[in-house]
Amino acid sequence: MSIESPEHLRRRGLASDLGRLKRMIEIREVEETIQSLYSAGEIRGSTHLYSGQEAVAVGLASVAPLGDTVACTYRGHGMALALGMEPTAVIGEVCGRSTGCVGGIGGSMHLCDPSIGLLPTFAIVGAQIPVAVGVALASAYRAADSVAWAVLGDGATNIGAFHESLNMASVMGLPVVFVIENNLYGEYSPLRWTTPLDDLFRRGEAYDMRAAAVDGQDVHAVAEALAEARSHAAAGRGPSLIEAKTYRYSGHSRSDLGLYRSADEVQTWVSRDPIGILAERIWPEGHSSRLSEMVEQVRSEVRAATEHALRPMPPIDKVEMLRHITG
Amino acid sequence: MESDECVIVLGEDVGAAGGAFKVTEGLQERFGVRRVIDTPISETAILGGAMGAAIAGLRPVAEMMFVEFAGVALDQLVTEAATVRYLSRGQLNVPMVLRTAVGGGQGFGAQHSQVLDHWFTSSPGLKVAMPADPNSAYHITRLAIWDDDPVVVLEHKGLYGDRGEVDLEEPPWAIGEAVTMRVGQDVTIVAAGAMVSVALAAAETNPGWSADVIDLRWLRPWDVDQVLASVAKTGVLVTVEEAGPSAGWGGDVSLTVCQTLWSRMKFPPLRVTTPDAPVPHAQELERRFLPNAEYVVQQVSSLLETGSVPLPWWEYR
Ligand SMILES: Cc1ncc(C[n+]2csc(CCOP(=O)(O)OP(=O)(O)O)c2C)c(N)n1
Ligand SMILES: [Mg+2]
Repeated sequence: MSIESPEHLRRRGLASDLGRLKRMIEIREVEETIQSLYSAGEIRGSTHLYSGQEAVAVGLASVAPLGDTVACTYRGHGMALALGMEPTAVIGEVCGRSTGCVGGIGGSMHLCDPSIGLLPTFAIVGAQIPVAVGVALASAYRAADSVAWAVLGDGATNIGAFHESLNMASVMGLPVVFVIENNLYGEYSPLRWTTPLDDLFRRGEAYDMRAAAVDGQDVHAVAEALAEARSHAAAGRGPSLIEAKTYRYSGHSRSDLGLYRSADEVQTWVSRDPIGILAERIWPEGHSSRLSEMVEQVRSEVRAATEHALRPMPPIDKVEMLRHITG
Repeated sequence: MESDECVIVLGEDVGAAGGAFKVTEGLQERFGVRRVIDTPISETAILGGAMGAAIAGLRPVAEMMFVEFAGVALDQLVTEAATVRYLSRGQLNVPMVLRTAVGGGQGFGAQHSQVLDHWFTSSPGLKVAMPADPNSAYHITRLAIWDDDPVVVLEHKGLYGDRGEVDLEEPPWAIGEAVTMRVGQDVTIVAAGAMVSVALAAAETNPGWSADVIDLRWLRPWDVDQVLASVAKTGVLVTVEEAGPSAGWGGDVSLTVCQTLWSRMKFPPLRVTTPDAPVPHAQELERRFLPNAEYVVQQVSSLLETGSVPLPWWEYR
């Protein structure tokens, strides 16, 4: 028996509500750290923050056993942390340091750790969706009980890859769960400018697929819906399409302040914060002081992780930089 | 497929129908619908699906009926499959094959007659082969399937009807290895795919010069050493490509040879290509469009006689 890796232990930590709460706080803290590192000029290229959507990733990771595969987007820091990646590895990668999960060759949009089932996150909208279908094909072929997860945004439901993938997964009855993180915007365009529907799960009907919407701010609701979808898939009964209604607190990327959204709209969503909702459920009375305590604790852990990620280390050398292009 | 359950085949009409060009005929009867899968008309889902299955440990062989159809799904190959090994720092790899029909000569018109090798050869992470005869089709396809990276095999439609011996006993070939089909003294002619037989036919006409004819077999990686060794001997390089001159492999081969052997080259390199234009349909037009043996002889002879690169036929006055 090998000793469990820290990442695997972190994954198992999501079995309890306290574990889930703590992880959601960690995601929020890491994203805030990344935002300030960006402002301080420590981060090149793009970052796409996950604040506000934490319940989706944590809900998914808490019902996806090790052995499942997750194909997710460039908005992937939260998913990586939820699946078990250490904050140091995320922050290091986003900052292009050799302390990152892939030594700085990937950056914010390309986090990866196969040991927790995370494929290199995909920076082309929709590209991950057929890949998850292929992983599910292999799983069905071997009669394995693992399931593939395709995580996508609302905007990605308008790209051909989405439709081809749903159709093929359905006609072949593959063990894949499509999870739409409907945060109401694709870049700067509100959903309704680009899409003739509010309820994106209805797109499943066109593919005769089991489909449902879920409150994406409630980690319990997310976990329950995804656990059901997973059992359905693992039992050989085919794919599901689950739409999590959620919201991103920050702009689309980097310096976008999201000013195309009304203060009212933002306030309405912030008042249904996934962290607050779970904290209230865990501590029906006096949750705010217990929550602040936990936030303080996580904040200092993330601070330590950040220092560790940014500690002086030489970048990977030219041999490493040019390795692994082909075998 | 017999020796490894991990090998599966997927594509449009590859199963029950045996493929548009009958390359996979009989496979579904033999290996069943689980392993030989008829897919929807969804190129992105086919290539992305093959990629996902390959990451998960299968060895999928995907077919695109015509190479042009890969265009609607190019992302999955050049941006996704080609970068997985790199982005995972070698923890993941994508042992998939894309087989696809390329080339002109059958009157399929502008949208079904291109070779388009440069769509793939400019992608680090991909390997690209172009068989020229039945024996290389067999050995290259096997190499492609057992290789641990994504490999694109460009099968020329004009060669599907070819008959030839396949040597099942040959030891495995190496990826990126060319073969010298004919040995000569005066000029090195490098070709791939259907242009190999054109180059050979040209060299066999007793044109007053003799040629090393090299079948490149692989366009990425390509056999720099074998080409250099030949040009070091002959001092003259000619490439024969079934495509226009823009962004073709002949340009890369010529540049590499010039940069390495400049002082030993007698003449500038000659690239025999098609015009930089879409492929026409009518038989007479298409025949004129594609390089043939007679034209290769003319061009090479002119180079050797005058010492400068002759105008291509479409610029004759
Ligand atoms: C094929 C492709 N087109 C456009 C882009 C640029 N782009 C990056 S993210 C994005 C918005 C996607 O919106 P959505 O799917 O809702 O995901 P979200 O960012 O909201 O999580 C766009 C258009 C891209 N990366 N890939
Ligand atoms: Mg969105």
